[in-house]
Amino acid sequence: MNKFYDVIIIGGGIIGNAIARELSRFQLKTAVLEKEPDVGMETSCRNSGVLHSGINYKAGTLRAKLAVRGNAMMDQLCSDLKVKIKRIGKLTVALDNDEMSGIDRLMAQGKENGVPGLRVLNNAEMQEIQPGVDGIAAIWSPSSAIISPYGLTIALAENACTNSVEFFLNTNVTSIEKTDDNKFIITTSDKNIYKTTVLINSAGLGSGKISGMLGVTKSNSGESLKIWPCRGEYYVLDKRLEGSLKTLIYPVPGAKDAGLGIHLTPTVDGNILIGPSANYILEEMPEDYKVTSSVLEDLRREGQKLLPDIKMSDFIRNFAGNRPKRTPPEVGGNGDFIIEEADGVKGFINIVGIESPGLTSAPAIAEMICKMVSEKMPLDEKENFVSQRPGFAGHFCDLPPEEQEILIKEAPDYGEIICRCEKITKKEIRDAIENNLGARSLVSIKYRARSGMGRCQGGFCTPRIVRILRDEYGYKPEDYMLREAKSNLFFGNVRESE
Amino acid sequence: MRHERHNLVVIGGGPAGLAAAVAAREAGCSDILLIERDRILGGILNQCIHDGFGLHAFKEALSGPEYADRFIQKLRALNIPVMEKTIVLNLSKDKVMRISHEGEIKEIEAKAVVLAMGCRERTRGAISIPGHRPAGVYTAGTVQNLVNLENIMPGKTVCILGSGDIGLIMARRLTLEGAKVEAVFEVLPYSSGLQRNIRQCLDDYGIPLCLSTTVIDINGPNGRLEGVTVAQVDEKRRPISGTERNVPCDTLLLSVGLIPENELSREAEVSIDMITQGAVVDDSCMTNIPGIFACGNVLHVHDLVDFVSMEATKAGTSAAKYVAGRDGASDCIQVKPGRGVRYVVPQKITHGKNVSIAFRVAAPSCESVIQIKRGTEIIKEEKYSRLHPAEMVWVDLGDLDMSNTDDLEVSVK
Repeated sequence: MNKFYDVIIIGGGIIGNAIARELSRFQLKTAVLEKEPDVGMETSCRNSGVLHSGINYKAGTLRAKLAVRGNAMMDQLCSDLKVKIKRIGKLTVALDNDEMSGIDRLMAQGKENGVPGLRVLNNAEMQEIQPGVDGIAAIWSPSSAIISPYGLTIALAENACTNSVEFFLNTNVTSIEKTDDNKFIITTSDKNIYKTTVLINSAGLGSGKISGMLGVTKSNSGESLKIWPCRGEYYVLDKRLEGSLKTLIYPVPGAKDAGLGIHLTPTVDGNILIGPSANYILEEMPEDYKVTSSVLEDLRREGQKLLPDIKMSDFIRNFAGNRPKRTPPEVGGNGDFIIEEADGVKGFINIVGIESPGLTSAPAIAEMICKMVSEKMPLDEKENFVSQRPGFAGHFCDLPPEEQEILIKEAPDYGEIICRCEKITKKEIRDAIENNLGARSLVSIKYRARSGMGRCQGGFCTPRIVRILRDEYGYKPEDYMLREAKSNLFFGNVRESE
Repeated sequence: MRHERHNLVVIGGGPAGLAAAVAAREAGCSDILLIERDRILGGILNQCIHDGFGLHAFKEALSGPEYADRFIQKLRALNIPVMEKTIVLNLSKDKVMRISHEGEIKEIEAKAVVLAMGCRERTRGAISIPGHRPAGVYTAGTVQNLVNLENIMPGKTVCILGSGDIGLIMARRLTLEGAKVEAVFEVLPYSSGLQRNIRQCLDDYGIPLCLSTTVIDINGPNGRLEGVTVAQVDEKRRPISGTERNVPCDTLLLSVGLIPENELSREAEVSIDMITQGAVVDDSCMTNIPGIFACGNVLHVHDLVDFVSMEATKAGTSAAKYVAGRDGASDCIQVKPGRGVRYVVPQKITHGKNVSIAFRVAAPSCESVIQIKRGTEIIKEEKYSRLHPAEMVWVDLGDLDMSNTDDLEVSVK
């Protein structure tokens, strides 16, 4: 099978999907190749879900520029795509006089980066925002926000798909060749061949490897493109504690820290995250998402220090996500993003080392890439671009009763609750199952509908979703997957059915 | 939004809700509404196809569905209205609730409410087992549902963590369906399930029960579970270095405890006991919120459904009296767990009629005496050949003199 495209994007994470969605405004033939059975299964869905203001990044870097720009683009994007966003702001707190120099440094950096609304607060002013917060002073950055990272990643992909971008899931790139006529021939593990004029590498943890397939191991300025995966582990806390955290609270970061330190982050859906840790893992297993007892123990201890009201029963889940870092363990800190057309490989655009603030920067990176593509080929706008996703942001249970009543009249499936903890309705489950990307695993349904994300962790809704898939979508026991290709949930029937 | 009023709303159509509704009607309460979230009544009994239910209540060994049916028949005969496939979205302390029922959201106001929502299983996340996150890790009750109600086989080679009763029952069930159950691992030095289940579900099938052992790692880098690492633990439940071993398996069942589902109760400002994780109630099963009663596994986790029905009968009868304005509460006697006792329900006595108390001991013991003191006076002593945390103890105290408000204390001697 041969397929020809103007643009092929390798990697359906937040960056690849943001680019796909941006390019879908134009009359281009675009495809996204994703090795997993759904988009956003790696770093994009495994993070804090924070939109950063841009104060933490060195002035003049891509990280600084793209975070500030991306953050400013988010309200419009989220409103178009019906993605929940909460501008809850952030306090970067100095605990003592020693940390005040950090406050001054970040404040100057933030101003230089053009971060809006920055102020230094004294403790009394901090208390007004978050009662009980410790510290002598803090930077208040009102543009910091929280968002559902998988919500946005999926929304971008589904909207791009609506606008005719083709998504190939379970499609693992095994080799790339450059032809004499300046095209790229991509071979995948399922032996399909894809041909394209512009090739975009947004493969996240695999971006170094993909670049290597074209012999590009260094950036145009000679920096290594090697990826050092660095794991962050998290706890998810019960919604019982919703509201105890009014804003984001971070310590002043040390210059060598690989992350922003273990902290508490409220999620848009009302949980609180503790984390992330930062531990480098084996390069050859960048997608090893093991959680470890030692880190979990640290997180529990830190969490209980930060929020003494936490009980053991409040820890409902833990998970890990891996940062695609460009700095090796002995260096620490962060390298800047690399976003460039590789010298000597015309048409190959590398996007490498997109760790934090990748989520925040995504729309700005897409904008930047779009400009780069426009220098390769004419971009003519489509007349029928659909900028809006249908429906509403968030979940049915978040809506006011009057709106719920109207929706239930239109679609009675809104009246049947399948996930009792999160109060997710059958209509939302069906919408998730029927996503236009064709992702059908239990986790794909969960990331879209939020089923199974509550305190019973799917104990109640799993059999019910299993039944819906069987009765209404014809599933056989061997069709059910948890997440990835070989994550079979069941081994056939117990008894032959009549 | 439509608004309805009822004398009594029972939330939950499992064994507790069924018995409470029946008892309330038999005590003269008219206008009862039973709300059930599932398609059919019976609650978790529907997936319990093994027998042994009703040995105390009916002197018969019934299956779960048969046991439920006894109460459903009574409910039908008494013409008690039932709303199935209905979820209570919230509940206020004024006993006003919003419900979602077959495509409609309604508001219901009740004079009295019986909470009978049951419990949920503790999950992997709640006990923080490290490792990968592959397919094949299930709670035992979810597997019971899948196997017995959905005809789905979740695995072939199975390890079970936790010796709770559902795990033991599923060890036997999966063995009968052709799976190989490698072992049951229990972090405690004693089992968490009923003695009869250890015998009938493990011993009879040669399934080893490994005490003071837990799962410390889950191995499944390729999508499906490939094995677990288990280790022995010390008296503080910390893994002992050097005792680790890998057990290949494609399925891990968790039977590591049940948690009363009190989210609605908390919304209604019902006080929750830190130990039972259920409501604090008096001897009429009434919570701190007048007119809100609790019974069954939402109040405290039971091991025998017979006692759930007994407790729920009391709650239903009390709710009927409350609706009729014949509550009759007087001064309050506090009931406290003493030495060797983990918790006691009820936590207070305000009526003093035909009082029975339920409690669990903190550790297994043989030939012990249960002592109940009122102030300094010993009012009851009973000898037990065997006491075990997995087996709830019930003691009848009869009528109590309510003019004496000294605390009651239950302890093991």
